Amino acid sequence: MTTYPDSARELIEAFAEVPKSSRLELLLEYANALPPLPDRYSNHPELLERVEECQSPVFLFVEVLNGNAQIFLTAPLEAPTTRGFASLLQIALNGQPIDVVANFSDEFINELQLTELVSPLRIRGMHGMLARIKRQVAEKTK
Amino acid sequence: MAYPTDPSPKFQTYSHPEALVSTEWLAENLDPPGLVIIECDEDILLFETGHIPGAIKLDWHTELNDPITRDFLNGQALSELFSVKGISRTDTLVIYGDKSNWWATYAFWILKLFGHEDVRILDGGRAKWIEEERQISTAAPSRTKTDYPVVVRDDLELRAFKEDVFQHFGNPLIDVRSPEEYSGERTHMPNYPDEGALRGGHIPSAASVPWSKSVNEDQTFKSIDELKHLYIDQAGLGEASDVIAYCRIGERSSHTWFVLKYLLGIERVRNYDGSWTEWGSAVQVPIVKGTEPGSAPVWF
Repeated sequence: MTTYPDSARELIEAFAEVPKSSRLELLLEYANALPPLPDRYSNHPELLERVEECQSPVFLFVEVLNGNAQIFLTAPLEAPTTRGFASLLQIALNGQPIDVVANFSDEFINELQLTELVSPLRIRGMHGMLARIKRQVAEKTK
Repeated sequence: MAYPTDPSPKFQTYSHPEALVSTEWLAENLDPPGLVIIECDEDILLFETGHIPGAIKLDWHTELNDPITRDFLNGQALSELFSVKGISRTDTLVIYGDKSNWWATYAFWILKLFGHEDVRILDGGRAKWIEEERQISTAAPSRTKTDYPVVVRDDLELRAFKEDVFQHFGNPLIDVRSPEEYSGERTHMPNYPDEGALRGGHIPSAASVPWSKSVNEDQTFKSIDELKHLYIDQAGLGEASDVIAYCRIGERSSHTWFVLKYLLGIERVRNYDGSWTEWGSAVQVPIVKGTEPGSAPVWF
């Protein structure tokens, strides 16, 4: 069985606990909870990387601080699904040691049990975000 | 016609004025019996963030597509879906959505395959309603269950398959994708996921008219004169009475399909929903690269 940091495991449990019909509402709550970018990024969009796999514009940036990953993500208010995905990854990975992020299983996305509700096409954007987070972490720890 | 139409002068210049309503008109007709407002978005959560009061949600991907076969839902599935949503066969349906109404026109087109008579598009879509700061609700819709009949979907007049495109060569084709997709520089929209076409380019002889040229900045449809200039003159449709439109998966081309059929009144317009994800991956089909349309193959 795949092991996850507590942050990610709690998210998987949160989605597993609610009935299928309420999972989209839960995703919306996470979408609304995505924190705004700090000024050093909101004023410098050129520092952010565009996630091409997402249908809506998503930008992200990863910093490594004392061996831990600091993850910044932003998506427009008109794209709540994308914001929700960004928020879940941010909660799962922000502040985690870089080796935890590097080894973080893509299976996490399936375990949230959203694929059937949201459609695989839309889920693909979340895989794109995760892949780019991992790549930035790898680049910044060389 | 089940419900009075929007008398806006702009709509009267189109071939089918009854197929559009304005935000002003809808704001005055929010909850009459016999009229159902439907939101159909690209983003599956957008409806929950706030929608036109009384509107119900329809999802193009999880509800209008068949979960297994690459096809739309069948008559039985539509009957079940609409009965649960509380839609009757005689209801007037007003559809709106995000992304300049792409998915609203997609839903409109699919409902026409089922012959639902009175379907209308909200000119300007969700963006215009929000921009005008009109009333928004997060209340979950509650409609009484209905008994929507099982209707056989008729793909013949409004939908084109790959084989139909071969038969159609020599008649006008409209490619509504971005210029980069048309020329073959890329196989998907800028900033969109690649849905897997193996080759880039366009169907031989297709004219390039990106869908977005048919709308104003506020997402409303352009005037009839502008549309005539764009399609009849510039794209060379002239007196054509049989046109096929396509894009990548059929959503942007359903938007242009609506413009050609309901606003310009071209007699026969079909949407090729297999579009580039099928054509660009099929074996031995002819493709043209670059900015020129190229000529229609003669051997088909």
